[in-house]
Amino acid sequence: MNHHRPSLSHPLSRRRFLSATGALGAGAFLSACGGGSASPDSEPAGADTPASDTYDGPNVELEFWNGFTGGDGPFMQDLVDTFNSEHDNIAVKMTVMEWADYYSKLPAAVSSGRGPDVGIMHIDSLPTNAARGVIMPLDDVAAALNLQASDFADAVWSAGEYDGQRYGIPLDVHPLGFYYNKTVMEEAGLDPDNPPMDRDSYEAALEQLKSAGIKGHWMSPHPFTGSMTLQSLIWQFGGSLFNDDGTEVTWHEDPGVQALTWMVDAIHNDYSPTDVGQDADAIALQNGQAAFNWNGIWHINSLKEVSGLEWGVAPLPNIGGTQAAWAGSHNFVLTKPRRPDENKLNAARVFVNWVSKQSLAWAEGGQVPARTSVRESEDFQALTEQAAFAEQVEYLHFPPAVPGISDAFADFDQALNEAVLLTKEPAQALEQAAQRAAKKLEENRDKYSG
Amino acid sequence: MASTALSPRRTRRGRAGDGARRPIRRHAPWTPYAFMAPFLIIFVTFVAAPAVFGVWMSLHDWDYMLPEKPFVGFDNYLNLFDPASAAFEMFWNGIQATAVFTVASVPLLVAIPLGLAVLLNRRFAGRTFFRAVFFMPYVLGVAVVGLLFRFILDPNIGVINAAIDAVGLDSVLNAVGIGTPIPWITAQPWAWISLVVMTVWWTLGFNTIIYLAGLQDIPSELYDAAKVDGASRWQQFRYVTLPGLRAVLLFVVVITVLASANMFGQSVLVTGGGPGDSTRTALMVILGEGLESFRMGSAAAMSYLLAVFLGIVSIVNVLAVRGRRQST
Repeated sequence: MNHHRPSLSHPLSRRRFLSATGALGAGAFLSACGGGSASPDSEPAGADTPASDTYDGPNVELEFWNGFTGGDGPFMQDLVDTFNSEHDNIAVKMTVMEWADYYSKLPAAVSSGRGPDVGIMHIDSLPTNAARGVIMPLDDVAAALNLQASDFADAVWSAGEYDGQRYGIPLDVHPLGFYYNKTVMEEAGLDPDNPPMDRDSYEAALEQLKSAGIKGHWMSPHPFTGSMTLQSLIWQFGGSLFNDDGTEVTWHEDPGVQALTWMVDAIHNDYSPTDVGQDADAIALQNGQAAFNWNGIWHINSLKEVSGLEWGVAPLPNIGGTQAAWAGSHNFVLTKPRRPDENKLNAARVFVNWVSKQSLAWAEGGQVPARTSVRESEDFQALTEQAAFAEQVEYLHFPPAVPGISDAFADFDQALNEAVLLTKEPAQALEQAAQRAAKKLEENRDKYSG
Repeated sequence: MASTALSPRRTRRGRAGDGARRPIRRHAPWTPYAFMAPFLIIFVTFVAAPAVFGVWMSLHDWDYMLPEKPFVGFDNYLNLFDPASAAFEMFWNGIQATAVFTVASVPLLVAIPLGLAVLLNRRFAGRTFFRAVFFMPYVLGVAVVGLLFRFILDPNIGVINAAIDAVGLDSVLNAVGIGTPIPWITAQPWAWISLVVMTVWWTLGFNTIIYLAGLQDIPSELYDAAKVDGASRWQQFRYVTLPGLRAVLLFVVVITVLASANMFGQSVLVTGGGPGDSTRTALMVILGEGLESFRMGSAAAMSYLLAVFLGIVSIVNVLAVRGRRQST
């Protein structure tokens, strides 16, 4: 169920539609300024890649599908156009569709032999699609590309493996981060250049905002952004959502309850209104009704469009005691062809390698590059906001690589919803959701083992 | 085919002297089937065959991407009646949500359009304009309506709550025990009220048009006769209009029940199935089970159970309307 946003990975397919619509404005803006972003010279002096840099075979056409319907779409199209102009014998044709459609359409297309050659997948969808035979192992591609684990953040690199094989080549990570409205902070007498970064100062800031009549941090009961906030907090409090091999649900244990209770207490303490609607938390920050919002990196470009808005970003404050943040990650995948075509495969390698090295241009679309070499380059550090998000790369978390793990998130999201809307106590909501999810995980184990 | 259809007239005229004793063959025996063939092919390909295939699917643990599709007999159906299964709670909560919505929306969608149709059937200046106005929302897609209402109804930043504040209605609401701001889409019963009102606004135009067509079929002589007999307006409505609309009414009730039971987009877009899972309708559950969790056998079983329920409801509807005809 993780497929539903333009730039991230998450719950119910219908919701992602909403966000996509929300991102339409961003799309218009970005296409206007995206023209020069894909400079071919921006290749980092990274690993020297031998064979996979060039393709000398006959002309091939590659189908490339993805769900970049938001502001990120034009950036990817630019990359594809540049690639095509630099490679005479490879023509990449990009098709964009809603992530939800993409994830339900892709298996059908692949099994009927009409699928794309190259696709993009969120990291938590890799195991499911690997188990279902939609995508193929990429170990040889990774080896041919000379990809090194050391050039990628650990969590991202290892989450792309399933059953001992690699299925994804990471393109980016998109973490949750801390947005703050400087004007609102100033009004309440807070230092706008020094946002609170730990629990005590965060709560003190919320208290100060409250006395200025401002509900500082709107707690969303929706997957966007509430579920990502809660996941980050659970890790911060030292817990996790599942055990390591993804066989058991652990979000109802103490850290989970503490995390959700902290969110609910923010409502009880008047730091947040009740009944926050979908996307209302983000809009409140824009409108100056809230000071803080934990939102995804894809939100940067939406805020840049708002003229006169004084805002900043920082890594997530450390509320629970351990630094942690939710993130998603886009990965290149190769679909399982009915008839393997060596030329197409080689061309696909060249394409994946090329784009992977261009991830700085992609970062301008509002992402953190997956490659350490790009992330540490001066050019990337010059993208102030993205660089602030990237500081979190070392402590990002992804769900365990178990097929069907995303089925459990519907229950997790429901628990969040019930607790933040004050219809159930946090502990009770989490416990009930865990029981439901545990049954699904068990059924999935049977299904995918057989 | 065209010539087959046209020729009988000519033939009849030519033989006008013969008298019409012998039934004249107007077409080849296969003509009706030939005309129906295009539809039939589409119907069989996209409705009948998948429906039969769905039964087969529901007897398996079916994921079309996996080589193993183990036969499980009626397990998928039995799971829906087994509280210990993962599907049980989800499915019945979905059915309950669908039932709540249907029961709440159908009476309104049957009654309000009827009233509107009667009004719009009168002669008055601007009649066509108003007919268009009431029909207009229906041409909007669910995505447009859903997104629109999500922001109109937002509890904290929505227009409606802002308007309630601005005109001072909040103190009135507080006085009758309703807390403000009203959580239109994030708490019950408000979420259901919002979804029902929004759906009524959105789709009432369709039923209105059907009623209007039905009203225009009622001969005006009947009203004249009723007036001569001294019938009041209400009596005219009760004894002329309603009986005249019986067939139309049956159609509207059946269609509206089915449409409401298929409610999907509004919940998805406006409430996201929340608060909790209270507005996650049966269709949302089936979609999630089949196309997001890829348990297609189980999803097919759910669909069939839902179809059986809807079949029963439709039969009851038909019987109820028929029964009334016999009693009047």
